[in-house]
Amino acid sequence: MTSQVSSPAEQNDEADGAVVGGQRRPAAGGKDVRRVDRVIIRFAGDSGDGMQLTGDRFTSETATFGNDLSTLPNFPAEIRAPAGTLPGVSSFQLHFADHDILTPGDAPSVLVAMNPAALKANIGDVPRGAEVIVNTDEFTKRAMQKVGYETSPLEDGSLDGFQVHPVPLTTLTVEALKEFDLSRKDAGRSKNMFALGLLSWMYHRPTEGTERFLKTKFAKKPEIAAANIAAFRAGWNFGETTEDFAVSYEVAPAATAFPPGTYRNISGNLALSYGLIAAARQADLPLYLGSYPITPASDILHELSKHKNFGVRTFQAEDEIAGIGAALGAAFGGSLAVTTTSGPGVALKSETIGLAVSLELPLLIVDIQRGGPSTGLPTKTEQADLLQAMYGRNGEAPVPIVAPRTPADCFDVALEAARIAVTYRTPVFLLSDGYLANGSEPWRIPETDELPDLRTQFASGTNHTLDDGTEVFWPFKRDPGTLARPWAVPGTPGLEHRIGGIEKQDGTGNISYDPANHDFMVRTRQAKVDGIEVPDLEVDDANGDARLLVLGWGSTYGPITAAVRRLRAAGQSIAQAHLRHLNPFPRNLGEVLKRYDKVVIPEMNLGQLATLIRAEHLVDAVSYNQVNGMPFKAEQLATALKEAIDG
Amino acid sequence: MADTTLEGPTGSDTLLKLVPKAEGKQSMKDFKSDQEVRWCPGCGDYAVLAAVQGFMPELGLAKENIVFVSGIGCSSRFPYYMNTYGMHSIHGRAPAIATGLASSRRDLSVWVVTGDGDALSIGGNHLIHALRRNVNLKILLFNNRIYGLTKGQYSPTSEVGKITKSTPMGSLDAPFNPVSLAIGAEASFVARTVDSDRKHLTEVLRQAADHNGTALVEIYQNCNIFNDGAFEVLKDKQQAEEAVIRLEHGAPIRFGTDGSKGVVRDPATGDLKVVAVTPENEADLLIHDSRAASPTTAFALSRLADPDTLHHTPIGVFRDVDRPVYDTLMADQLDTAIEQHGKGDLAALLAGGDTWTVVG
Repeated sequence: MTSQVSSPAEQNDEADGAVVGGQRRPAAGGKDVRRVDRVIIRFAGDSGDGMQLTGDRFTSETATFGNDLSTLPNFPAEIRAPAGTLPGVSSFQLHFADHDILTPGDAPSVLVAMNPAALKANIGDVPRGAEVIVNTDEFTKRAMQKVGYETSPLEDGSLDGFQVHPVPLTTLTVEALKEFDLSRKDAGRSKNMFALGLLSWMYHRPTEGTERFLKTKFAKKPEIAAANIAAFRAGWNFGETTEDFAVSYEVAPAATAFPPGTYRNISGNLALSYGLIAAARQADLPLYLGSYPITPASDILHELSKHKNFGVRTFQAEDEIAGIGAALGAAFGGSLAVTTTSGPGVALKSETIGLAVSLELPLLIVDIQRGGPSTGLPTKTEQADLLQAMYGRNGEAPVPIVAPRTPADCFDVALEAARIAVTYRTPVFLLSDGYLANGSEPWRIPETDELPDLRTQFASGTNHTLDDGTEVFWPFKRDPGTLARPWAVPGTPGLEHRIGGIEKQDGTGNISYDPANHDFMVRTRQAKVDGIEVPDLEVDDANGDARLLVLGWGSTYGPITAAVRRLRAAGQSIAQAHLRHLNPFPRNLGEVLKRYDKVVIPEMNLGQLATLIRAEHLVDAVSYNQVNGMPFKAEQLATALKEAIDG
Repeated sequence: MADTTLEGPTGSDTLLKLVPKAEGKQSMKDFKSDQEVRWCPGCGDYAVLAAVQGFMPELGLAKENIVFVSGIGCSSRFPYYMNTYGMHSIHGRAPAIATGLASSRRDLSVWVVTGDGDALSIGGNHLIHALRRNVNLKILLFNNRIYGLTKGQYSPTSEVGKITKSTPMGSLDAPFNPVSLAIGAEASFVARTVDSDRKHLTEVLRQAADHNGTALVEIYQNCNIFNDGAFEVLKDKQQAEEAVIRLEHGAPIRFGTDGSKGVVRDPATGDLKVVAVTPENEADLLIHDSRAASPTTAFALSRLADPDTLHHTPIGVFRDVDRPVYDTLMADQLDTAIEQHGKGDLAALLAGGDTWTVVG
């Protein structure tokens, strides 16, 4: 739950959504239809109320309609926290617009609160003037007392600043389903679909997709499918007929925000899964995932397990160590090997990552970062594993690091991580996070012939001539350009060789304790990673006269870009750059940093990128940090950046 | 190369068929690498290495399709001395790494070399799960009942009260019996042999190699530096007659001078016990059945040995049963998925779900 309240009602890009003004026109049935450019909706309820599903469906309807969108699911780590309590509140925020947007929005223009706990936990984020739809059926004395409401917020005037729509959602749903042979309790379960129907009416969402979805989801229980569809339609009709909802809103498709193409909505973890499958295809290697379930990475294991017809092998191991161990074994055998995890799992895998560094085998380590240390906040986001990925091993064990910036970008970054791993024969870290993993946005589906060619050559013969003229295979004789060693997979005749975690003699790969050789090998492994070709950092300096550069990495891209747009709209000059490659850094980074008087680095940690930047480039970068488990808000960042510009 | 299409064998057909055969005749020399063997002079590991190198030509597999994976410890240097593919990995993790290799490459014969510390202490979790899954691995567990490479601390198979550098007043914890542990972990093949008995060791290797699934071979191995003579009672000709019980499938379990002792089932408890063989009880002697579906009797046999004196130590194959092999099941699922959904089409996958088109 975020504790921040952003400034209300500012009709600005990415701000918050109290809907102000807009074009009015009367609709059929005498109701007003108001055209707005964007809306932020938050569905909030008990963990068991189906808020994530409701949000997903509304998102899907919105995507199909063609709006740009960005989502923020927010749920507790407990599967079913005690009903009606504040810790049990689950919410889903969706920002959609007729133009290009970058964040799930700072504050909701509409809050749907399914019970008192949901209202209490979320009302602080809602700006005055916004609409609040409450399920009055749940506002019993006992339920209110459970969350500390002495008096009913629906009656004591505390919601006077909002447009409150009291709706007996449960009663209406049960009433709508009285024809069905369902208990009151079972009928009441469909109240989320009633709410979805109501919101779908309010925002003119297409409904066919949801009805189709319900039919498929409950294909084996047609009665339940029919009941949910009936509740969904009843919610729509309720909006259409009741006087309480006098206005509905139109948000036109974001036609100009998108380049031509076919689009779908996609979450970060799904995009990442698809990216891995695509990378294996482009590398012409079988994909092997060794993994142990951990939030928020498990969805990748689930997704890849569905696609065995792509030759994808998924191995649910006995622990994190075995997950990466099996992946490394598969890499030795010539698979595109992946392990997926979150921060605590990375800690357990560290020794094996070191082995992969030493063996110089390709391996992808996907870390979906979450709040730490230790178990931390399993379902909340954070970027605090950067230094763990960078340095968290014994010895000098450099590992390349890449990070996606948006949910859809996870697809491209998976391919990029595979490119580096396969080309340079090295483990590679991919640092996503909980916000990217579960958040979603429209994605232009790439044509498969646009994807990079990742094919590589396995070693097939001898590569060295001894002084006596004998042709031999040396497993650690490197490519002079990339410093990569040959990838000689078992089954290749004549290339039998042994590799291990003990220091190897340059060239032969035999065990070597020679001091000079170790020094050479340590420096060579470092040089290989330092020499990885990465694209130059692009700087967005619209006016060309900015004196402040805001530099980010990972999922802060959306809020930073939104903040930068605001500042520019307000006449400020500010330059922005976002790192995809964190190890090695782009070659031009030092030169970029030196162009600006001030460098500000917002991060969802206590300044880890800033530490690296300061160490490597001797730049007095200013850190701006938040570690509350939630992404930055655009308004908050804009304010901080403005202060930095002025300061 | 990595296959996704190899047809799995059916019934009791050997998985070895999936591994390419050597073209010419092989000799022991073919399996010796050019690396100098660096175990302590007199170490039992030499004997095991020689036995394995000597046995490999009999298998007749293409040596490029053989992989030895090890963890950390004295025995884990083993792969360096085999002229096959090999990986000397990290402490305790060899079964996990080998699982990834074996389950992605069924055309390989994958062997794990490990020790009592590596397999049963730091790597205990991976060992039991490899056995449970029945991955097609041959695990050679060198048990010397001591930590050698770290210079002589007690191990998880050391007898209680072991005086070592880390336990000057004697070790406190009860040892594992690796055979009991493996049977408890659902192992489909479990055997025990002794480093110095080349003939027996080779015969056990032969049966392990033939087995479909995980084969665990415990090899009693002498560490002449830190635990010398640990298995002397099983090696000294005179003592061994009374101490060693040789298991042979289908034969009555007899040992001792002139087969004077035998193993019978105690009708009162159902447990096994050692008796002096008499004409009256001879017919009651237990016939060893390593193929028994139930692991109960194999487990009972593993409990006959006294952990301190090693008296009544059975050697040979305790258990050798057919059950589904993880790698085969994994490959079958891939085939089934293709049968059901067709070969994966990336463009169709990416375009799945609700889509919309933006026209320029």
